[in-house]
Amino acid sequence: MSEDPSTPRAAASRRVRGYSELTGDDRSNLLGQVTAQHERVAARLASVRHVVAVVSGKGGVGKSLVSAGLATALARAGREVGLLDADLHGPTAARMLGVRAAGLVVGEREVEPKRSAAGVRVMSSDLLLAEAAPLAWREPGRDGFVWRGTLAAGMLREFLGDVAWGSLDLLLVDMPPGSERLDTLAGLVPRLRGVVVVTIPSSASYRAVKRAVEAARAGGIPIVGVVENMAGYRCADCSSHGPLFEGDAGDRLVRETGAPLLARVPFDPAVQARIDAGDASLAAEALAPAAEALAQGLERSEARVEAQP
Amino acid sequence: MKFLCIECDKQMAFAERELPGDGTLAAVFACPACGRSVAMLTNPMETQLVSSLGVQIGGRSVPEQPFELTRSALASGREDAFAEASPSPASAAAPAGRPVWDEAARERLGRVPSFVRGMVQRIYADYAAERQIALITTDVMDRARRELGLEGM
Repeated sequence: MSEDPSTPRAAASRRVRGYSELTGDDRSNLLGQVTAQHERVAARLASVRHVVAVVSGKGGVGKSLVSAGLATALARAGREVGLLDADLHGPTAARMLGVRAAGLVVGEREVEPKRSAAGVRVMSSDLLLAEAAPLAWREPGRDGFVWRGTLAAGMLREFLGDVAWGSLDLLLVDMPPGSERLDTLAGLVPRLRGVVVVTIPSSASYRAVKRAVEAARAGGIPIVGVVENMAGYRCADCSSHGPLFEGDAGDRLVRETGAPLLARVPFDPAVQARIDAGDASLAAEALAPAAEALAQGLERSEARVEAQP
Repeated sequence: MKFLCIECDKQMAFAERELPGDGTLAAVFACPACGRSVAMLTNPMETQLVSSLGVQIGGRSVPEQPFELTRSALASGREDAFAEASPSPASAAAPAGRPVWDEAARERLGRVPSFVRGMVQRIYADYAAERQIALITTDVMDRARRELGLEGM
């Protein structure tokens, strides 16, 4: 005789089927939606030969100037280059490249990047934020700290996947100070080719940048070059060079990573003044050899990978 | 996310989603066998957690728009960030395959913050075009909001 199904004992023994046992459609399919987002980024970057992040362990080392200078130098040399400003809270790339003017053009499925005078395609939160306004999100209540990081990662994802980057030889990603956003980038970009490390000579900078190097290594991301910025001071009047910071951070990072020293760039007030005014031409001149060394290094390593059986 | 009607041992089907505008979300699921409905209600924090991923409970009702998450979530956007065409008035010739807007609909759209207005305009226009609606009115906008779960727009 079968048990009455309405009894408490029968109810207790009834097993609720699990998610994977229900064969009907999961219309929300949140995992599928997230996967589609990643596929969108991958499809967008399929026509980009190299994606390289520019990192430093600390702020104030001139990472954004180096990024803008490298990108402009490569564009002036005839390469197709994009610069994605991933420093969402402290964006500077658009202003440095003279493209802060309003009016991003939105197409059916993409946003056109701005183009600098040299032809660098640029996307930056500076193009979206009101003048002097901090990056602030609509927050329905308290505890915004819980999701702000996720929103910032989503913004970075849209910069990668929704911008009409087109065919590029190189997409440089100007990272915020520190190393935590590098993990996010590596999770979004299918083939993050490597990182360029920017430091100043001081031991304090060395220690901070070393953390970024270790974070990259932990993520299996190669160090493709080191730039030592503010390596001395170039007098605006007489062009003579003088010391600025004590230390040999660039050399130490080169020894420890095996990556090439792309450039040792002195601080030049004229370069800074021009780039503050939206003209990266002097920065590009200062970084042209470094840009060429970076491009050639990427091409050599690409050739090595392609030659592997 | 799936819902099971234990009595019928049937997977419940997604029926509708509502965003009342207070930061909460209601997603309604119904049993195809007995018709019983349940509503999953999320508080503002839970709703925001899902929104911050750029995903939608119940699935996407319209194709993802460029910069959708950024435009929806950024509170400090510049007014002139995007260069987008204004909606075509009813007095103008409709662009091929695109609807025109009556005055009241244009006026309501004009109250949407400019940072997201172009995206919202495109969503309404896509909705109308897909249904071969030639003229967007405030009634069409209300219907789209209900059907697409755009209560926040």
